[in-house]
Amino acid sequence: MKTQADKHIQRLSFKLALLAFLMFMFCLFVLPPLYQLFCEVTGLNGKTSNQAYIAKQDIVDHSRNITINFIAVSHNNHIWTFSAPEQSLVVHPGQITTTKFRVENTSGRWIAVQAVPSMVPINATNYFNKTECFCFNRQILAPGEQSDLGLQFIVDSELPKAIKSLTLSYTLFDISEASSKEIQAEQQHRIGLNLSRVDNLITLPNASEQNTEGNAYGR
Amino acid sequence: MAHGPAPGIGRWLFTTNHKDIGTMYLWFSFAMFFVGGLFALVIRAELFEPGLQIVEPEFFNQMTTLHGLIMVFGAVMPAFVGLANWMLPLMIGAPDMALPRMNNWSFWILPFAFSMLIGTLFMPGGAPNFGWTFYAPLSTTYAPPSVTVFIFAVHIMGASSIMGAINIIATILNMRAPGMSMMKMPLFVWTWLITAFLLIAVMPVLAGVVTMMLMDIHFGTSFFNAAGGGDPVLFQHVFWFFGHPEVYIMILPAFGVISAIIPTFARKPLFGYSSMVYATASIAFLSFIVWAHHMFTVGMPLAGELIFMYATMLIAVPTGVKVFNWITTMWRGAMTFEAPMLFSIAFVILFTIGGFSGLMLAIAPADFQYHDTYFVVAHFHYVLVPGAIFSITAGVYYWLPKWCGKMYNETLAKTHFWIAFIGLNITFFPMHFSGLAGMPRRIPDYNPLWADWNMISSIGAFLFGAAQVLFLFIVIRTIFSGRPASDQVWESAEGLEWSVASPAPYHTFIKAPEI
Repeated sequence: MKTQADKHIQRLSFKLALLAFLMFMFCLFVLPPLYQLFCEVTGLNGKTSNQAYIAKQDIVDHSRNITINFIAVSHNNHIWTFSAPEQSLVVHPGQITTTKFRVENTSGRWIAVQAVPSMVPINATNYFNKTECFCFNRQILAPGEQSDLGLQFIVDSELPKAIKSLTLSYTLFDISEASSKEIQAEQQHRIGLNLSRVDNLITLPNASEQNTEGNAYGR
Repeated sequence: MAHGPAPGIGRWLFTTNHKDIGTMYLWFSFAMFFVGGLFALVIRAELFEPGLQIVEPEFFNQMTTLHGLIMVFGAVMPAFVGLANWMLPLMIGAPDMALPRMNNWSFWILPFAFSMLIGTLFMPGGAPNFGWTFYAPLSTTYAPPSVTVFIFAVHIMGASSIMGAINIIATILNMRAPGMSMMKMPLFVWTWLITAFLLIAVMPVLAGVVTMMLMDIHFGTSFFNAAGGGDPVLFQHVFWFFGHPEVYIMILPAFGVISAIIPTFARKPLFGYSSMVYATASIAFLSFIVWAHHMFTVGMPLAGELIFMYATMLIAVPTGVKVFNWITTMWRGAMTFEAPMLFSIAFVILFTIGGFSGLMLAIAPADFQYHDTYFVVAHFHYVLVPGAIFSITAGVYYWLPKWCGKMYNETLAKTHFWIAFIGLNITFFPMHFSGLAGMPRRIPDYNPLWADWNMISSIGAFLFGAAQVLFLFIVIRTIFSGRPASDQVWESAEGLEWSVASPAPYHTFIKAPEI
């Protein structure tokens, strides 16, 4: 037998539980995309776009000199060395510029790395257009392999006048564990094309064995 | 209907009685208070001198983490829920809580959560060691395996708090005695109503953030992993969106307790009742828009720093209204200084000091200097220890005679107060100085520059710990051999809870009282 008061309590409790559930869903499914969107629009977290910019015919503004500093940050730097040979460049807005970052896999295994960009000042973030970047994709490196990673960019001529220099940093993260399939595909690919150096070919079976072991451990 | 409690252990396991459940909450939080206190003493013992003497740095980090988690979720929050369970039905003239069986459940899942959390100490890799704020990626990529157990424990605590909050709101909104309008409710009821809404709004966010951690650790998502396109700063935003309302969850019920005690011992009605209600509601609202003042140093744009800085300072206004009202209630009152009143006055003074250091921290440019130093530790211990802990202690002394029908020993209680008051200030006041001198938080070893302040802090901590052992002794002594208390207990205490017998009968207000 339910009284009127019991019904009120039930209805209210149900509403409150629903509110709690909605807050949980909001936190899990709305907040993170909202945050990403907010950061993309405002560039507030210093992340430059991870989409290739389609270069349009732009007038090079020779009246402005923009200094661009490059920083290479390594996490787990016992696995690789990562550096920016050209520490800084002076460019004009609208000018297509190419530079390189250098990475060397100093470990004895195949690795996959992902570069994550960050830029200051943050209000320059949305004016730094990359037409080509190694950061768009994961990079797979054979044991001992050294590689020059290319970056091609155009500083937008709309860049706020107050900005005279900007700093772009790339941090490399080890994503080998999550990329075992891609690493194997790359190994097959290189054997097929015979692109690898001879000594690399010799170490290949061994390296892939190590890699499987690593995965088994990871799981 | 007039039957007593069931015999044996079944009384406690299957009880749906708000008084039994309140008692269990209070004893549980008391036990957790001692566990968390023990961990704090390990920290203070290690910091007594520079250098590593007693524990390894890894274990030290586990101690700071567990101390924070247990004090916040195990001691302070369950103590206030316990007070709510005991007192809300008595204060509004209800026979019990609105959802008695859920009430039982929301208590009984807590011991499991905390057994798991404390059990992580014995797991391979040790207990969580990333601080109570568990910032990612420290708590995801670099965490010990026990982090999964920690996440599960947090989920259970969150479920318990949400169920408790639903119960409290349903009770207050539906079960008031006829004539008890909203603006006639005691302030403890009001502050708990607002706190319960805060809990329902933010505990799911806590559950969400640990769920995201769980998915990052085990299911390959990248919410907080920069390599996979996530952002560690997102963690801080979500955590503090929960974390800032959480600190008000720990202090608003305290405001209610103090607003009940000061009028009794000043023998004057509370000054500015309605302004107290509105101030509490404004503090609750503001708590949702200030979270980023915990993260001034993450690299926010100037506009963000300014918005969060001014919003934070705005909180001083309603808080100032409250402090003003308490002081004005005491003004020209016929005051007496029994233990609950001593703790309440100490609350008003010391909480205000904590509020001032909070204002200093709210100044964004100054915060860059104070960030992550012992100054912050001093600040939040000044608002939580004399804030939450002192108000709970005051509430226990104030209502203990009603709960067990016996009067505590006033001399012992005053001794407890003075030892705790002196111990607390010796412990936490020097932390302001070591912090301003640059001592970082969460370090087991430190520059000898800060040695003197740390030694003083450690001595104070052991004094404060001793005071709490005395508190336990006083409570036990009261239950077993206190002299009988009258129904009224305090000369000019007002409210429905004093209209029932002491000790409060197992069932009260089966017939709604006349107001």
